[in-house]
Amino acid sequence: MSEAVAVGGRMLPPVGRLGQLRRSAGGPGGLRLIERHARVYKHAWIVFVSGVFEPLFYLLSVGLGLGVLVGRVAGPGGALIPYREFVAPGLLAVSSMNGAMYDSTFNIFFRLKYAKLYDSVLATPMRPAQVALGEIGWALLRGTAYALAFTLVMLCMGLVHSAWAVFAVPVAVLIGFCFAAIGMTGTTYMKSWQDFDYVILASTPLFLFSATFYPLSVYPRAVQDMVAWTPLYQGVVILRDLTTGAVGPGLLWRAAYLAVLGAAGLYWSGRRIGKLLLVLRARISPQTAPHRLAVPSAWPRLREHRPPAGTSWPMPAL
Amino acid sequence: MVLTVRAFRCWLTVYRRIWRSSIWSSILGPIFYLGAMGFGLGSLVDKHGTAALGGVPYLAFLAPAILASSAMTTGLDESTFPVYGSIKWNKIYIGAQASPLRPSDIYRGHLLFMVMRITLSALIFVVIMSAFGAPRSLWVILALPCAVLTGVAFAAPIAAWAITLKNEMPFNVVYRFGMIPLMLFSGTFFPLSQLPAWLRPLAYATPLWHGVALCRSLSLGRPDVLGDLGHVLYLAVLAGAGIWAGARTYTRRLYV
Repeated sequence: MSEAVAVGGRMLPPVGRLGQLRRSAGGPGGLRLIERHARVYKHAWIVFVSGVFEPLFYLLSVGLGLGVLVGRVAGPGGALIPYREFVAPGLLAVSSMNGAMYDSTFNIFFRLKYAKLYDSVLATPMRPAQVALGEIGWALLRGTAYALAFTLVMLCMGLVHSAWAVFAVPVAVLIGFCFAAIGMTGTTYMKSWQDFDYVILASTPLFLFSATFYPLSVYPRAVQDMVAWTPLYQGVVILRDLTTGAVGPGLLWRAAYLAVLGAAGLYWSGRRIGKLLLVLRARISPQTAPHRLAVPSAWPRLREHRPPAGTSWPMPAL
Repeated sequence: MVLTVRAFRCWLTVYRRIWRSSIWSSILGPIFYLGAMGFGLGSLVDKHGTAALGGVPYLAFLAPAILASSAMTTGLDESTFPVYGSIKWNKIYIGAQASPLRPSDIYRGHLLFMVMRITLSALIFVVIMSAFGAPRSLWVILALPCAVLTGVAFAAPIAAWAITLKNEMPFNVVYRFGMIPLMLFSGTFFPLSQLPAWLRPLAYATPLWHGVALCRSLSLGRPDVLGDLGHVLYLAVLAGAGIWAGARTYTRRLYV
């Protein structure tokens, strides 16, 4: 049994061997964060629901306008397909990416810096890795709802030509997972809202150039090779193959690529959140910032349990 | 007027520290969009035939429309969260309130800053689109003030409304149900003649369509004097109404 520890004037409960194991695996703490978000969004349901419409507007605009201008393009199997059938899976991938990026960048930054949500979360037995997991879990739940709605609309508009399309929703969620994890890691490095210009700077070319709106063959060879490395392109290819029915075993490799990227992002963002919220505070000594002490009288006793200056707080591995 | 300039200089001071990141997106954004939509998608459209576009390449058709719609986006970006945040989060307005500035000065000063941001990014856009060879005539120089007017026609009323809010949720609705459909259905990516007849009058009523039509006619070198004056008038009325309302809503919220 380890002792109770205090970090930055904050009392953390003792962590037993079993507890450590459970926490390092995420534990139920992540679920509590998801519950918290669900309760908050009950008051902001319009924001939640409106997310369904955005990709639909795009789809409608392509169906009514651009589709007529472009005519037919070469689909995954090489056969010519109507433009809207070509674009629809691309839009699904893009909306998964955008939803996840939005949730994991703007929203998390707001909670981190303005709402101070994680400061209060970490005053409970929840750990940083659980915050990361809970946030990403919430982003995925939201993404699932949107992907489901979009796929249903595609079905109603007659844009689905294969039973493989049932896998479109899980794949869209996988794309969301990948970008949520990457976006969240990036957010922990952000200093101000202006840094979000860089998020847009990264997501706009992904959105535009990942063979979403036109086949990869439009590019010269060198550019094609470069685009093939972007996670969004891989996601678009998987979804397009699924909805048009040109399915092969290669899709599994593409999915694995997305999963590995997402797992790496998840691991890294958990570490970063821990660093931001725990270690930085732990280094504030009572001499430099006496007003930050919640319980000054208890401080001398608690201080003994602080990690010595310079060592980082041991983070639970994911 | 002097006080307005003072409020404006406050924003300028802030901007001097953060202009780098915004300038990058103002330069790279147009390059990305024109490259992907104008050349990438344009190659497909041009292959299929451009009779519906009036016989011009897709790039020439699209670029002025994106100029207008990105002016709208900049206008919205500057007049929603920054305005609300100035009273709620970073409290710039609360600080300004303690100075001799009147609420209407605070509003006009901030609006002046928005105009500056819109002008800057529209200017960069016009330069880049000219480098891409999209404009068909020198009239494109006039498209710049027209794009700025389009941006202000959004920024002025939206800022006047943003100050009255008690939480930031309505902004999401404005973006999702206002900005995105406007961007998609105002004749930006395809001519309005392709919309169903019952939808067209709705599209004609939107401010963005007027901005797009204005910029496009100038950039393609086919100015239609009477029609263009009508567009300018519509946008100017909208901007004027916003400026009139803004002084009042700001006074109501900020007057102590």
